[in-house]
Amino acid sequence: MIESYARALIRFRWPVIILTILVTLALASGGRFLIFTNDYRVFFGPDNPQLVAFDKLQETYTKSDNLFIMMEPESGTVFDKDTMAAVVDVTDRAWQVPYSIRVDSISNFQHTRAEDDDMFVEELIEEPEYLEAADIERIQAIALDQPQLVNKLLSTDSRVTGVNITVELPAPLTEADQLLTPEERAEKDPNIALAVAMNFAREMVAELEADYPNIKFQTTGIVAMNQAFPEAIEADAKSLLPMAFLVVIVGVLLFLRNFWSMVGTVIVVLFSIMLAMGTAGWLGILLTPPAASAPTVILTLAVADCVHLLVTLLQNMREKMAKNDAIVESLRVNFTPIFLTSITTAIGFLSMNFSDSPPFHDLGNIVALGVGYAFILSVFFLPALMSVLPVKAKPRTSNKSTLMERFADFVIAFQKPLLWGMAVVMIGFSLMTPKNELNDVFVNYFDTSVPFRVATDDVTNKLSGLYIMEYDLDSGEEGGVGNPAFLQDVEKFERYVETLDGVQHVSSITETMRRLNRSMHGDQDEYYKLPEERELSAQYLLFYEMSLPSGLDLNNQINQDKSKTRMSVTMETRSTQQILEFEAQTMQWMQENTPSIATVTTGATSMFTHISMRNIISMLSGTAIALVLISLILLFALRSVKFGLISLIPNIIPALMGFGVWALLVGEVSLAVSVVVAMTLGIVVDDTIHYLSKYLRARRERGMSSEQAVRYAFNTVGVALVVTTIVLACGFMVLAQSNFLLNSQMGLMTAITIVIALIVDFTFLPSFLMWIDKDKTSEPSKTDEAPLTTAAQAT
Amino acid sequence: MKLAYPTALSMALIMGAALPVQAQTPEELGLEISKQVNEQNDGFGDSTANMTMTLINRSGKKSVRRMRSRTLEVSNDGDKSMTIFDEPADVKGTASLTYSHAVEADEQWLFLPALKRVKRISSKNKTGAFMGSEFAFEDISSQEVEKYTYKHLGEEELDGIPVHKIEAYPAYKYSGYTRLVNYVDKERLIGLKVEYYDRKDKLLKTLVLKDYEHHDSKHWRPGRMEMVNEQTGKSTILEFSDYAFGTGLKDKDFSSNALKKLR
Repeated sequence: MIESYARALIRFRWPVIILTILVTLALASGGRFLIFTNDYRVFFGPDNPQLVAFDKLQETYTKSDNLFIMMEPESGTVFDKDTMAAVVDVTDRAWQVPYSIRVDSISNFQHTRAEDDDMFVEELIEEPEYLEAADIERIQAIALDQPQLVNKLLSTDSRVTGVNITVELPAPLTEADQLLTPEERAEKDPNIALAVAMNFAREMVAELEADYPNIKFQTTGIVAMNQAFPEAIEADAKSLLPMAFLVVIVGVLLFLRNFWSMVGTVIVVLFSIMLAMGTAGWLGILLTPPAASAPTVILTLAVADCVHLLVTLLQNMREKMAKNDAIVESLRVNFTPIFLTSITTAIGFLSMNFSDSPPFHDLGNIVALGVGYAFILSVFFLPALMSVLPVKAKPRTSNKSTLMERFADFVIAFQKPLLWGMAVVMIGFSLMTPKNELNDVFVNYFDTSVPFRVATDDVTNKLSGLYIMEYDLDSGEEGGVGNPAFLQDVEKFERYVETLDGVQHVSSITETMRRLNRSMHGDQDEYYKLPEERELSAQYLLFYEMSLPSGLDLNNQINQDKSKTRMSVTMETRSTQQILEFEAQTMQWMQENTPSIATVTTGATSMFTHISMRNIISMLSGTAIALVLISLILLFALRSVKFGLISLIPNIIPALMGFGVWALLVGEVSLAVSVVVAMTLGIVVDDTIHYLSKYLRARRERGMSSEQAVRYAFNTVGVALVVTTIVLACGFMVLAQSNFLLNSQMGLMTAITIVIALIVDFTFLPSFLMWIDKDKTSEPSKTDEAPLTTAAQAT
Repeated sequence: MKLAYPTALSMALIMGAALPVQAQTPEELGLEISKQVNEQNDGFGDSTANMTMTLINRSGKKSVRRMRSRTLEVSNDGDKSMTIFDEPADVKGTASLTYSHAVEADEQWLFLPALKRVKRISSKNKTGAFMGSEFAFEDISSQEVEKYTYKHLGEEELDGIPVHKIEAYPAYKYSGYTRLVNYVDKERLIGLKVEYYDRKDKLLKTLVLKDYEHHDSKHWRPGRMEMVNEQTGKSTILEFSDYAFGTGLKDKDFSSNALKKLR
């Protein structure tokens, strides 16, 4: 049946080629709808409890999406006339950043002071051109005395200062917005808004650098991080895809030694990517860094299909078969294996839909689509294309597999040592899996080739970081923020948090209350403490709110009905483990010491802290289902329950061993690893299918002994498996070069797992087969057969 | 502080009769109308009103504040005004007194009952949220003609009512706005809508004035002002009731000493 189909393909090769090109172009045109995300929140599903909590916080208080500009004067101190003038200027210009709703700096810090019953609320630095040395000294003394500024906007050594710009981006587009014109939509699109704000800030900083050559500027903040996502995608697309294509071209030329086969492979790979990405565009999939790695993954997987077909084709031609006959024969032999391996690979990737993190749904779906397209192209378009291309293969004496022959000899000779040795190695590495520590330092998702990362590291080291833990402290009643008992609890908690490791700064309403209390009592230091009556607090706040300029209100710390306050703790960049400990510690402390305000930690840091664990749990079921489905396909393909069960070992163990190797090499795993098992499962199973089906054919059709069957399997698919493994490993190694940690970890881990899978398939699997599938006719040691059969059934 | 009051009622009310308006530049026309509105609003002597302020956050949650206001008209200068806070309970009895001035900074005193003291407040920036609302102090303080320069942008219809569209540019250096756009009812000479543009000239807030009543056949006063922050989605509704004019308030009722004795 496949034969007549193949003949028809060759007869109608031109229509087939033209049809494929037209369909590809039509679908690929959907690529124009692909949108790069620039919102870190896309990593969290809508039901993620940490996201829900954070959204609630953002809704209650001023949003905390920000841009942070750090200024580092060459003079070594912020407190010289020129730098102070620059700070005022930067603060002023910062208000021009689109969507800015608040700007905080040491210059517009609202300083309160008192002279008898006269109260002054004024900016700390005003009219810098008239400042005298004494004024500057006074300003420095005041600034260094402000807990709200020190280690947040001003370093303790006065070497750097920061201007924090809070932006409020438009709400996400709704269904109704889809009806708007593109121009109107662009105005309401938060993604575009963010890019606009960031680009403006960049231009502004470039101008500032020109205007103030003696000051070094660094830009970070959530907005900068968000905008780094599409830029990381773009940088990857520019460097990784060409590299991946180069790997394909070199790899195929090297292994197939045939120019036109390389051309055919490149076209199939290119079309697979165009089709998959175009379809993703039509489906409205949002491109995140993980999803944007799909082209590289598709390319890698699509090559394997082509290689299998072309190897057979060229072999046949070298054995002097006519080209078109060779094409038909290759298709006949390879159609079912390619179909099966495509399905198992697609299942592996589709199981990523169980992930808690939507970008991995997209990656899984796009790659599954790509694998599907690659299959269709391989069995529909490639034969027609090869029929048209002037492929030539010189007849050659078959020197195939002398290497494989020798390797088979080795495996057969050392089957027992290999079996037990590998068993020990496999178990040993697998046991090391738990040594990996989960670590999602979101700032470090970007490698140091990304400017955002460099700036953020610098700002974190010198001033304050992006690691902010938020606490939404509830007094339980309207206006309760002024309640002295509540304020005292907040202050106690604040004091406790300040003692914890890694804490750089604590921002809390209590500082404002202490300061106001002092000012209201003629700036007497003994009143630098919390007000003792609720009415006093409330009236101070009323006064203070009335005196503040626009954009510097208290809504970033107190909610509208004054029942709750937000405490923000800025920390050094910390590991997930440390953050988890911090969260547990603070929770426990609150429950023991201030139970009425006890609450969970929230914020972006907290969200990323829990993301890996949530994903690993959500992917457990996805991986299990993929495993069951893939095993069923294997049972069907191998037509044997026994061998289906045997295949579980080489299918699952490589991923576990991969983690073990990872524990030795790296030791830290991120969100990416949660999907690696399911993903590699679909890929490594291909090796098992090929190897076992050849082994079984030898046993069943040719009546060979298990040793002969092992030798047969090595001879027939050994080279192809090595070649595809090398191509796959190289492809994923290209992905490992990504500047985005999730992609690079995924790439490296997959490459390691694929190589391990080949090693297991080439050493453990044959020796295990020779041990467990021993037939009575074949040689020694019948003694241990009975227990072995039992063991096999128990597997 | 003079809250929402006669001339006070924000720029909206300063707009005015476009009577003999030919052969004027848009700037002259804008100023002319503003002056006429101001003059028309003068002559009320003194007045009192009760106010309810409802704050609505992004998720629709509301909280309510109540206060009373008293205003004394001062000829050739800004008005004197007093605001007495009634709710929430923890600020009950807090009162503020403002002498607004045309050109120089306003003077302001605050009485805090919990502290039992009157404090004189010096702050250039009164552009922030008033009582956590979307109204800035400068939106509701006494509006003198001199506080802005004007430009008549044209005439159009707002909900079927013919209006003047007039742009006003704050003269005060520390204003939170670059400009305001006022929509003034041509016939009744009352403000119907004000748009506030922030420092980057982006629409920040929109104020809609509603439920106007004609008091003593002389003074139009809105019963309801709705301020929406277009950038944060938060809003505030300010409702007025019990307007009274010529209640016999004297200059001595607007002294810092009088603040303490308020009930």
